[in-house]
Amino acid sequence: MDKKKILEVKNLRTYFYTHEGVVKAVDDVDFEIYEGETLGVVGESGCGKSMTSKSIMNLVPKPKGKLEPGSSIKYYGLDEVVDITSLSPRSKEMRSLRGNEMAMIFQEPMTSLNPVYTIGSQIIEAVRLHQGVSKEEAREIAIEMIRKVGIPAPEKRVDEYPFELSGGMRQRAMIAMALSCNPKFLIADEPTTALDVTVEAQILDLMQDLQDEFNTAIMFITHDLDVIGEIADRVMVMYTGKVVETASVDEIFYNPKHPYTKGLLSSIPKIGNKEELVPIEGTVPNLTELPKGCYFAPRCPHAMDICREKMPPTFDINEEHSVKCWLSEKEGGSMNEE
Amino acid sequence: MKNNDIILEVENLKKYFPIKKGLLKKVVGNVKAVDGVSFSVKRGETIGIVGESGCGKSTTGACLLKLTTPTAGSVKYYKADGEVIDILTADDATLNELRRDIQMIFQDPSSSLNPRMSVRDIVAEPLRVQKIGTKAERTERVRQLLRRVGLSDYQMNRYPHEFSGGQKQRIGIARALALNPKIIVCDEPVSALDVSVQAQVLNLLSDLQKELGLTYLFIAHNLGVVEHISDRVIVMYLGKIVEIAKSDDLYQKPLHPYTEALLGSIPEGDPRSKKKRVRLEGSVPDPSNPPKGCNLAPRCPYAYDICRNEEPPLRKMDEDSEHYVACHFAKELRLYGYDDLIKKMEDDDKVDDNKKDEDNK
Repeated sequence: MDKKKILEVKNLRTYFYTHEGVVKAVDDVDFEIYEGETLGVVGESGCGKSMTSKSIMNLVPKPKGKLEPGSSIKYYGLDEVVDITSLSPRSKEMRSLRGNEMAMIFQEPMTSLNPVYTIGSQIIEAVRLHQGVSKEEAREIAIEMIRKVGIPAPEKRVDEYPFELSGGMRQRAMIAMALSCNPKFLIADEPTTALDVTVEAQILDLMQDLQDEFNTAIMFITHDLDVIGEIADRVMVMYTGKVVETASVDEIFYNPKHPYTKGLLSSIPKIGNKEELVPIEGTVPNLTELPKGCYFAPRCPHAMDICREKMPPTFDINEEHSVKCWLSEKEGGSMNEE
Repeated sequence: MKNNDIILEVENLKKYFPIKKGLLKKVVGNVKAVDGVSFSVKRGETIGIVGESGCGKSTTGACLLKLTTPTAGSVKYYKADGEVIDILTADDATLNELRRDIQMIFQDPSSSLNPRMSVRDIVAEPLRVQKIGTKAERTERVRQLLRRVGLSDYQMNRYPHEFSGGQKQRIGIARALALNPKIIVCDEPVSALDVSVQAQVLNLLSDLQKELGLTYLFIAHNLGVVEHISDRVIVMYLGKIVEIAKSDDLYQKPLHPYTEALLGSIPEGDPRSKKKRVRLEGSVPDPSNPPKGCNLAPRCPYAYDICRNEEPPLRKMDEDSEHYVACHFAKELRLYGYDDLIKKMEDDDKVDDNKKDEDNK
């Protein structure tokens, strides 16, 4: 691939030390994101998708949460490569990365916007902090961004408080804030889950249009496979802190290899198809009581003896498709050097 | 004429929440959560209600059980023996008895189960309230119910926090089944669950329906889920019904612009096909100050003057159809169904919006 790499995550382990034991929220995750692409991250609750993004933003809650030694998150957007894991969360370097180079949009905009400041002043704050422009200029930029995300009457809206906006408008304001400094990398953590379908569609359109314009790399986290199909270029499927399958969106939908991915796909009701759904049996295991071997084995319809004994390595099916499943070894996948 | 196949008849149901202001709590207006809703439910069918947040679908469900007292209207329940009960005017004793026949499953299983009661007590509670059976009999019934919904009876003495979301929802279903109801109002029963678990619960609901001959009123915002489970679907917008039709007709031959926009907004999972962008502008208006004329008019791409002035009634399309629409131009508009919206990648180039504009002229 000749696209420019923006972010490389290697051996990422984010563990939580709790009374019940060590919770391996993110357990040995590797991936890359390239300029202008959308990487979809899918998984059910507790699979580590949000914690992966928090690790990238260096926002892992301390002191319980910790990145294990050996984890590396390299940011390639600047002239020099920066390893985020080596930066302290409050350091100047990290702060200038956040917002300026990478930004994040959260699920519930009401909890991530400050209710006592106007939308405008929150965007202006970010712009001034990162771009060193005057107040007036920053206000101009803020109004321009608010217009870009499709909020009507931006000159008026800029002075409104979050509670005065509807859910969809708030999410647009969040996007305006996140994009106000033209970040090269955007993490969207379930940005449309709290929204109604008609508004969700508007926001997804908006994100795609803005991506086309700014060539931003987007890591799009969601549990909704339909949304993934709509906007992702590549997909990473996570289960209990591990990446179980990575492939292009087409491969994920038309040639899924991991039984978990297949299970997710057959669980979604499809319009026009009244056949009985084929759910995945059982539930996601508790992260403190993970089974031996492959974590998916107890729920897997194809589990073999080896699955209950040994965690499978990642097998490469082809250049863009890798699977963490023993079945893929049988099918001739080559072992990924770790 | 219809007593035998209709189980529930809702007529002109209204629920207004007054807005009070000032020291004297003067009523300055009303939020019209449900504003003149009429429909009927057939015995043994699943009727879905879809709509966006604030459209009144949950309030409608709550009114049917009189969990909230409607402002106006009537809800008639037709018992199997032919007796008719008006739920809204019934006295407490009748109502109590009625609730044996109509039960509810709630959205959030964590908040609808009392955390301080064991599963046995939770599931047995309806039986205890209705004074059915002895304690031992009730426990036996709980055992049987838990097994039926896919839990083990040894889990009976545990508390809700020991269960996962999907299991909690199964407990909620067991409780709803305890009294052998005829109708179950399911208010967003799977929206709080993970995808893989959602399918388990949907399958369980279908199996139970086949086995027990239940009638479901299935309220949800996820159009895919509603299509999967429903025989007929009601679409609501801002407190009013805009369209009622058989599931297939509604998804493939919608007659209301709002339904078309809902279908157009469903994210298209298949990466090999491309979906036409049919979008509504703006967001749902303030329900305390709905627009004049048709509620959708300010957002509707096809609105004419009449739409902004006159409210369209919910009309039957033709005599032998079961398709009801509230749109002035239901007969004129040619709207896209779900399959029409999806274009396979091959003829991707031809996707353009001009054709549609011509159709409308």
